[in-house]
Amino acid sequence: MIRVQREDFDPAEETNALVADDHGIGGVVTFTGLVREIADLGNGPDGERRSGRINAMTLEHYPGMTEKMLARIEAEALERWPLSASLIIHRYGDLEPGDRIVFVLTASAHRQAAYEANMFLVDWLKTKAPFWKREDAETGAHWVEARDSDEEAAARWSASPPKAAE
Amino acid sequence: MSEMKVLYFAWLRNKTGTGAETIHPPAEISTLGGLVEWLKTRSPGHAEALADLSMVSFAVNQEYAEAEDPVKSGDEIALFPPVTGG
Repeated sequence: MIRVQREDFDPAEETNALVADDHGIGGVVTFTGLVREIADLGNGPDGERRSGRINAMTLEHYPGMTEKMLARIEAEALERWPLSASLIIHRYGDLEPGDRIVFVLTASAHRQAAYEANMFLVDWLKTKAPFWKREDAETGAHWVEARDSDEEAAARWSASPPKAAE
Repeated sequence: MSEMKVLYFAWLRNKTGTGAETIHPPAEISTLGGLVEWLKTRSPGHAEALADLSMVSFAVNQEYAEAEDPVKSGDEIALFPPVTGG
């Protein structure tokens, strides 16, 4: 399941709702992404990397394509791993440090599939789902730049064949 | 006459000054790359936003696309920076 919403969510409630009635599930992995208060502010005038505190974050997205991409990413995970349940919730709109942004749940009979599928989903959604973060920092507002390390994290899943779940 | 919808997100929206516009490009434009070159001529803001295309991703009808991919009348084109969700 996927959900794109402005509202907050409750990780415990979401988890209980999905796994309560399926006793074939042996393990649940959940990832909750939060708004971090310290942001990378890029290079200063002296060429040094700077970081600073942010007051707020706005998440913009591409309605329609976002849902399409998230559904496709989830379908890919279900193809690669034997999951009993999966859920992606991604928020948009105005957020503050400490707020929840994203929730990814994977449940399976065995832990390895749940762990691997969860990392896969987070890595892929970070590089494929059309969301953009704008940070309102002490030094002004700026659009967050994509990171090469996120691309590399996503790329490692493209190369590897579907893994065994046992 | 061909008609397309173009969407701009994040700083491309700020620089072009618009989030969405309906355009009527010349009939000879048949690829995304050709269309983007034409879009640059629409305003100084468009030219600035599209000056460095290594910083811009494209979608045609909500699917990621490359410069050599075809575009046609009725398409929804989106231009945006590399994504930063999650």
